[in-house]
Amino acid sequence: MKKQMTALNWAALILGLLFLYIPIILVIFYSFNESKLVTVWSGFSTKWYSDLFQQDGIWSATKTSLLLAFSTSTFAVILGTMAAFALVKFRRFKGKTLFSGITYAPMVMPEIIMGSALGLTFVALKFSTGFFTMMIAHITFTMCYVVVVVQSRLTGFDRHIEEAAMDLGADGIRTFFYITLPMILPAIISGWLLSFTLSLDDLVIATFTTGPGGTTLPIWIYSKARLGVSPNINALSTIMIGIVASIVFLVTLINHYLSKRREEDEKNAHREIA
Amino acid sequence: MPHRQQGVGTFTGIMAEIASRLNFTHRRLLRFAPYRFLVSLGHSHRFLIGVPYLWLTLFFLIPFLIILRISFTEAEIASPPFSNLLAWIDDGLLQITVNFQNYMELWEDGIYIHAYLNSVKIAFFATLLTLIIGYPIALAMSRASKKWQLFLLMLVILPFWTSFLIRIYAWITILSPTGVLNNFINWVGMGIGLIDPNSPVTLQILHTDLAVYIGIVYGYLPFMILPLFATLIKIDDTLVEAALDLGSPPLKTFWTITFRLSLPGVLAGCFLVFIPAIGEFVIPDLLGGSNVTMIGKVLYDTYLQGMNLPLVSAISVILLLIVLIPIYIFNRIQAKQFN
Repeated sequence: MKKQMTALNWAALILGLLFLYIPIILVIFYSFNESKLVTVWSGFSTKWYSDLFQQDGIWSATKTSLLLAFSTSTFAVILGTMAAFALVKFRRFKGKTLFSGITYAPMVMPEIIMGSALGLTFVALKFSTGFFTMMIAHITFTMCYVVVVVQSRLTGFDRHIEEAAMDLGADGIRTFFYITLPMILPAIISGWLLSFTLSLDDLVIATFTTGPGGTTLPIWIYSKARLGVSPNINALSTIMIGIVASIVFLVTLINHYLSKRREEDEKNAHREIA
Repeated sequence: MPHRQQGVGTFTGIMAEIASRLNFTHRRLLRFAPYRFLVSLGHSHRFLIGVPYLWLTLFFLIPFLIILRISFTEAEIASPPFSNLLAWIDDGLLQITVNFQNYMELWEDGIYIHAYLNSVKIAFFATLLTLIIGYPIALAMSRASKKWQLFLLMLVILPFWTSFLIRIYAWITILSPTGVLNNFINWVGMGIGLIDPNSPVTLQILHTDLAVYIGIVYGYLPFMILPLFATLIKIDDTLVEAALDLGSPPLKTFWTITFRLSLPGVLAGCFLVFIPAIGEFVIPDLLGGSNVTMIGKVLYDTYLQGMNLPLVSAISVILLLIVLIPIYIFNRIQAKQFN
């Protein structure tokens, strides 16, 4: 029997999605509002967008955020992939329980605990806080997401293919570049993107580990948002939502294309065998 | 084998090209000892395990030991701004000065106890609300057709990709006294003649507990829906059908079969919402204002003042202990299910 959607199911779905999307839609809507009063609609205008770009510190905050997210995700991918390999390849090693424990723990630890622990550590060790301390903190909390993504890909693929390549005379480096890397590359890319967005979005851990000159975009937005609603934050939010939505759309499109290609390749392969 | 020159084919081709070039340089470089050493590191188990292990030990495990240590010291005007726990005295004596003052202060000053209890209370009821709101959505998703499921999943995840801060900030626009919600209520009310245009209604929701509940439910709803959906989709429909055929009323069938079988998802979802909600500080700060105290906000404010870092450490240590209880329980239940 096919599962049936009842009227109640439909209602739950529609109300749920409305709840999720109304706030986002309102932000976009009011970013084009002429009035300074956020909730009074007085006509279409894009003046808050030009106003936004004249704000102090927004460019340097954006630059800091992008640079931080870029370097964080790159290092997190390297460390995370190593950890995932270690967890999948080596069944047993000394301290594996502790190792897997501390790889997953940052995911469930409330940000404020991790942030304060790391922030106080940097103070205790007399590290001068700033960009690099933020980067260390971000790598630590994003690498576990990379581990999860890469690990699931590694356990999913048939390791006999690697062995076959080795048997046919490929050395370690060749096997890695011809077989292993292309197979886990989608996981590495999504791990990278995940760390990038997590780092770009983080406010709590950044505020605890930042120092002079280390203002990220969330920190900048937060300092403005604390003072109440201002239309140029709506404009900034709309730009960010637009960028994220188009990236997600693009990634989905690429994934769709790749999986279609793979299906076709498999079909062709079957035909050739037959 | 025909070589595909587009899409995946091009990609594999590029990778092959890179590989052969790298292989060439690799062979030439192998003559040099330092490079040989690096390569051997790449193959060695110790290196692969060691580097991430060392990183996580240094920047995840040790910080907890350090805040535990700082929490037993006394605030000082120095760098670092707290007293020494251990001191070597000239005669080779190690002097340990453990200061319980910070913990005493947490215990004696009502603000902290209240903030801890309030955080647990708010996190608990917010989790319950998220479950009540998220369950019907996840259930509806699991009953949709395969094609729709993928699309709905995307729709639920998409807000999660937009900045958490911005999504919470959006609620200020909605909930403030002159906000969208009040405007809407007045507009509808005046339209049907229930509200007198001369005395519009102003609901004060922003800066109350209710606003914080709304914020948490909104912010963490995807964390509840996703695990629920994952378990609901695996439930065998024939069980539900059989119960219905045998005359069990729909509500009872739902409760005894569907809900019972989805308990692992319920547990996972509640865990994923409850844990971060306890330590939340953006939501109570932006939506709760000064009227709502949660421990995350107290911790952050104490940290910002920068005067009493030992007290900040003590607050964190106790918060960590509180958070470890649900983590421990969750792990136990999961281990039991696995066996």
